[in-house]
Amino acid sequence: MGEPLLRVENVVKRFGGFQALGGVSLEVQPGERFGLIGPNGSGKTTLINCISGTLRNDEGRIFFRGQDITALPAHRRTWRGIARTFQIPRPFGTMTVLENLRVTLEYAARERARAGDPAVEAMEILAGVGLDPKAGAISGLLTQIEMRKLELARAMAAKPALLISDEAMAGLSSSEVDELLEILLRLNAAGTTVIMIEHIMRAVMRFSERIAVLDAGEKIAEGPPDKVVSDRAVERAYLGE
Amino acid sequence: MQARWLLALAGVLIVGAFVVTRTVDNRYVYFAAYGILQYVLLATAWNILGGYTGYVNFGTGAFFALGAYTSVFLIQAVQAPLVVLIVAGGLVSGLLGFGIGYLTLRLRGVFFSIATLALAVVLETMMVNWEYVGGAKGISIIRPSAGPLFTNYVQLLFVVMAALAMGAVAVAWFIEHSRIGRGFATIRDNEEAAECMGVPTLRLKLLATTVSGCLMGIAGAPFPYYITFVEPVSAFNLSYAVNSLAMPMVGGTTSWVGPIIGAVLLGTLQQLATVTISSELNLLIVGVVLVAFVVLAPEGILGLLRRGTRRTRA
Repeated sequence: MGEPLLRVENVVKRFGGFQALGGVSLEVQPGERFGLIGPNGSGKTTLINCISGTLRNDEGRIFFRGQDITALPAHRRTWRGIARTFQIPRPFGTMTVLENLRVTLEYAARERARAGDPAVEAMEILAGVGLDPKAGAISGLLTQIEMRKLELARAMAAKPALLISDEAMAGLSSSEVDELLEILLRLNAAGTTVIMIEHIMRAVMRFSERIAVLDAGEKIAEGPPDKVVSDRAVERAYLGE
Repeated sequence: MQARWLLALAGVLIVGAFVVTRTVDNRYVYFAAYGILQYVLLATAWNILGGYTGYVNFGTGAFFALGAYTSVFLIQAVQAPLVVLIVAGGLVSGLLGFGIGYLTLRLRGVFFSIATLALAVVLETMMVNWEYVGGAKGISIIRPSAGPLFTNYVQLLFVVMAALAMGAVAVAWFIEHSRIGRGFATIRDNEEAAECMGVPTLRLKLLATTVSGCLMGIAGAPFPYYITFVEPVSAFNLSYAVNSLAMPMVGGTTSWVGPIIGAVLLGTLQQLATVTISSELNLLIVGVVLVAFVVLAPEGILGLLRRGTRRTRA
């Protein structure tokens, strides 16, 4: 294996006296589809908050493309190619769907390749996720599935090398889950590395090439999906003794 | 294209203001018009921070008075000309705005607002205790001669304020139609998401607080010559904070037009009330109108208009 795209080294995050992450390490290879699972409160979202820069880790280091990004604010990490979605959609609610993408193209993709007119490009991305009929709608008024798609589309507009999808599918119907999976698979096929955090096992199992399992802030298993689900520790974490 | 038309319009308005001074002689008209234009400037300045980025500033009085007192100081010290006063007032208040910008690192929402309110109290106390600029008892300022173009100094101030207000609106227009303005809006909508979409939020917030503070200082700079007697209670008056917040809210905060509509409407209303009923009634009027709008039309007059056009189209 060559140099990993993302290397998380012994990351610790505490909230007051509570340790949310107790020294997590993992590596994600370029082009990989990486799944991150674990019971509620296991630290998945905290970990990706640390990777995206929304939170600062107390100990440990994070490398992206071999460079230490631990001290960088979130927007600089985005400039380097890390984009994320939010578990609870956070659209720029007073803007239209198209404007949400346009402003992201203008700010996030700025230093790297950006082809042509941002409005045109935003429309192409929207068409890719099937949201183009809603381009002119105020984003705060969308339905759940539309907002999830917008979250994904906006993250895609950041032209990331690594896209982190935080429970994009929670609460969606089975056909809607398939629709989002399709979008992520297509994105990955076009060269974007994807970390998927998901509770819907069917989706993670189908999507991921490799899965890491978090429990109580520790990584308890890592490997190909079929190996991970048959792991004793994982079973214990999910089902108890 | 639109920009060129608006620039032309602004030019026409300034020339128009000048032409008016040739024809209308009543001094009160200029006095009142200056007051309204000053509010166009203040409301526009407030809106750049409060409307575009969503950080509500209760300390307009502080920035305004700092501009005014910078002028008092420079008049006292070196008899500086009006142009210098305006530039200096803008610089000093802009600097204060830059400092306030760093507060946004830790203070969001209502806590930021409280801090700006406290700032006004602190600055007022400082001015009360600074004898050189008049202290608590205030200071009289003597107007210079109006020069060959104007028959009196209030006319000159009126034209200057018209130009300054227009300049502020131009700044707001430019911000709104640029990448910067779209970045501001992401901060207003969701700061954390903005940061994750590559928007350098701190840098943009510092820009917003600096520009907003600077324009408020510019609004205050000619104030000593306008009022000819500066004392802390009137310079730091709460009505500046209330008005510059209420006017954009009434007009509509998401567009540069909103503060103008609000300032002209509320400013005129207050002038009329001052003349016809009583000068004490001003803030009551503003309060009632503001409450009515917040409850009935939270997006201001522009929001109402937009809803109206949408309905007719549908």
